Amino acid sequence: MSDTATIGKDILTMANVTLNFGGLSAVSDVDMKLQVGELVGLIGPNGAGKTSIFNLLTGVYPPTSGKVEFTRDHKVRNLGGMKPHAICWAGVGRTFQNIRLFRALPVIDNVMIALQHNVPYSLANAFLHTFGYGRAEKQIREESLELLRIMGLEEDANELAQNLPYGKQRRLEIARAMATHPVLLLLDEPAAGMNPAETADLTELIGWLRKEYDLTILLIEHDMSLVMDVCERIYVLDHGVIIASGTPAEIQHNPAVIEAYLGEEVADA
Amino acid sequence: MLRQLRPVLINGVSLVATFAIVYVLMRLGIIDSFYQDTIALVCINIVLAVSLNLIVGFTGQFSLGHAGFMALGAYTTALVTLHFPTVWGMLGGIVLGALIAAAIGFLIGLPTLRLRGDYLAIATLGMAEIIRVLMQNFTFTGGASGLFPNRYLNWTWMFILTAGSVVLIANYIRSRAGRESIAVRENEIAAESIGVNTTKAKTLAFVVGAFFGGVAGGMYGSYFYWIVPKTFSFMMSFNILVIVVLGGLGSISGSVIAAILLGVVNVLLADPNLVPIRMILYSLILIILMVFRPQGLMGDKELSIRLFRSILPKRRRPPDEGLEPSNEGWLETPEVAA
Amino acid sequence: MEVFQQLINGLSLGSIYALIALGYTMVYGIIQLINFAHGDVLMVGAFVGWFSMTTLHMNVFAALVTAMAACAMLGVIIERVAYKPLRNSTRIAALITAIGVSLFLEYVMMYFVGANPKAYPDLTGFMAGSFTIHGVIIKNIQLVIIGISVLLMIILQFIVQRTRVGKAMRAVSQDADAARLMGINVDNTISITFAIGSALAGAAGVMWGLYYISINPLMGLMPGLKAFVAAVFGGIGLIPGALLGAYAVGFIETIAKGVGLSTYSDAVVFLVLILILIIKPAGLLGKNTKEKV
Repeated sequence: MSDTATIGKDILTMANVTLNFGGLSAVSDVDMKLQVGELVGLIGPNGAGKTSIFNLLTGVYPPTSGKVEFTRDHKVRNLGGMKPHAICWAGVGRTFQNIRLFRALPVIDNVMIALQHNVPYSLANAFLHTFGYGRAEKQIREESLELLRIMGLEEDANELAQNLPYGKQRRLEIARAMATHPVLLLLDEPAAGMNPAETADLTELIGWLRKEYDLTILLIEHDMSLVMDVCERIYVLDHGVIIASGTPAEIQHNPAVIEAYLGEEVADA
Repeated sequence: MLRQLRPVLINGVSLVATFAIVYVLMRLGIIDSFYQDTIALVCINIVLAVSLNLIVGFTGQFSLGHAGFMALGAYTTALVTLHFPTVWGMLGGIVLGALIAAAIGFLIGLPTLRLRGDYLAIATLGMAEIIRVLMQNFTFTGGASGLFPNRYLNWTWMFILTAGSVVLIANYIRSRAGRESIAVRENEIAAESIGVNTTKAKTLAFVVGAFFGGVAGGMYGSYFYWIVPKTFSFMMSFNILVIVVLGGLGSISGSVIAAILLGVVNVLLADPNLVPIRMILYSLILIILMVFRPQGLMGDKELSIRLFRSILPKRRRPPDEGLEPSNEGWLETPEVAA
Repeated sequence: MEVFQQLINGLSLGSIYALIALGYTMVYGIIQLINFAHGDVLMVGAFVGWFSMTTLHMNVFAALVTAMAACAMLGVIIERVAYKPLRNSTRIAALITAIGVSLFLEYVMMYFVGANPKAYPDLTGFMAGSFTIHGVIIKNIQLVIIGISVLLMIILQFIVQRTRVGKAMRAVSQDADAARLMGINVDNTISITFAIGSALAGAAGVMWGLYYISINPLMGLMPGLKAFVAAVFGGIGLIPGALLGAYAVGFIETIAKGVGLSTYSDAVVFLVLILILIIKPAGLLGKNTKEKV
């Protein structure tokens, strides 16, 4: 995956990025930089435009203006004009706030569908199931099971995704994103709907994944304890504009942030 | 190793047995020409339904144009056998017809597969109607009176083509491309986010479905002595869709079983006393089946030993409330709840 | 002059399509069902009109009203018996049921009247006449068809926009659950939508018979399909879209016939439809207009 020589280099650069829907501006003039290996939080009140930024980064919406650059192995790509699937292949994985699993499929299939980077067989092979098809499929299944084991979902492998409890569905989303072998992982409220114990487990897991797979992670989260615990840097978004950025300690004492959040989580953090 | 080979063996043995039993019964004259025609129709319907199921049931793209692909296969095969009146002419014609169907499927699929649900349905239906009208107007296709090809399709070839088509499509579905199709059906946005090129996945499934629709048409064109444009009207597309839905969207074995059952029902309704009310009974069966079993005979399950085990009571959690449904489409329940 | 001749022909054909397409689009707007049996409701309307005029010796307008009433009832029965049980299943299952209902209506009718075409009685009095303006022949029956269609469309527009029932229909088409919470009887509203749509199809059936004389149990298939095309053309679920689409289909068809492509006219209609969908994936008016019924 990403070579260690690039640590400290930029992996993602957003410069003057704006996203308009009709006359409405969801994101305006956002500048953001992520370095290889960082774990960065993106917080802000509801409707601040956090998920819109994820959608910009993953090609769901192209930016109205501005530049989104993704660097991997010294190769710079402009994500602005790319289709979502191409961005995934470039090395950006994501989860969804409003869980988007393949609900009617077994848990293991959710991961297997995503594991396509090392499918060695051709289309003709897919029809005939010859030469290496069996071996390749076995490999895909084993790697999927391994990912499920890491995420604590091994025992649910044959359960339908829609029958999983909420917390496990969120873990499955992460497993599925990990199956695409990303170098940059975008997590959209991974702890939403989890109880404190589950959140603590997840926090630990995210940290472990990052180390094990040399990931750079951008995290949207409402749970302030999680954000303050794991993030090295935090961006605060309000009304589509970055109003503050810095270390967790700096953010906690930033008057603009406290105002934006007045009466919300930060007040009692 | 033996565990893995077992399903292959079971499938292989049952296929060979089916072939052999029908072969012997035909040789003994127990299966007369009426039943032979029924068996031919069942085989053609199996290939049509399984290939349409790939498009509608597995990829979630609502196509109503399968009769068009069938027509291309049937006319091509008929024309080729009229020039090369041999079994090899028939096989060449079927392959050529299937390739033409696949090519037209690609041309029509690429621009239209970005359409959603109903719009795709009417666009594909329109394509099939255009093909039918062209066949009706061209002179080399015999116009409205059609073509009169010879029969070259015997039971052996019919069986090979049917079983071969089903096995190939089933293999496709159980490969990476098939998984991509299913991902598109389940949730297009999520599919894109994990690297599925949804346009490519849809088009590929559509082209493969069209190809085998062409194969089925070729079988029709080399079995029934007369092909006319009106056979390939939109009612044919609907009939194929009916088989797919009755069998269960996303179930290969469901499509096969439904096609066979339809053949049996046809035989039962062929009783002279029932002829005047045949279609009335058929339509009532259709309505009643849909009202009482809207997911079709098999749902999205496949017929297997495991299925019988899973019928035994099992612990099930209720699905979570408040989750977003997957992409809007024909496989979904509409907003209006009772 | 040829152009004007085609214009008047297209206008009368388009008017009939419009009445059918309105029913399609209203039902679609409210329960997202392609009511494939809609064309067959037209067929039943045509036969009720024929029966009223020949056996019961009614005049044209009494027959028209009778056919509309009969079709309204038929529409409600179809909805209650066949579609209502399927509201919680997939739309594709509902479509198959609609195909079943379509076949049922066709072959029950065939059982009673036989497969051979029946002829509408000859037109009499004013409706039999025609006149010529600068070489353009206008049949009075064409004017009657256009006039009745426009009148019915105005009445429909009034019902949808100005009455409680219309408001309920619009509410249900937006969000059935919210409408139910607001105290709207969703089931009744859906039934009323079917009644209105089917009555329009019944009227179209009688006019089809008056215009083309020959009717048979399978006559509903093609007009039904064309009207469906018309509804999609304009943006299915939208009333103005259905009108626009219906007249567009009517004109395309008569123009294709006018330039000597009559055997290709169906193909031309579909070709134009596909091209329009490629350019505007939700139909001509789709998405621009939020209001659905």
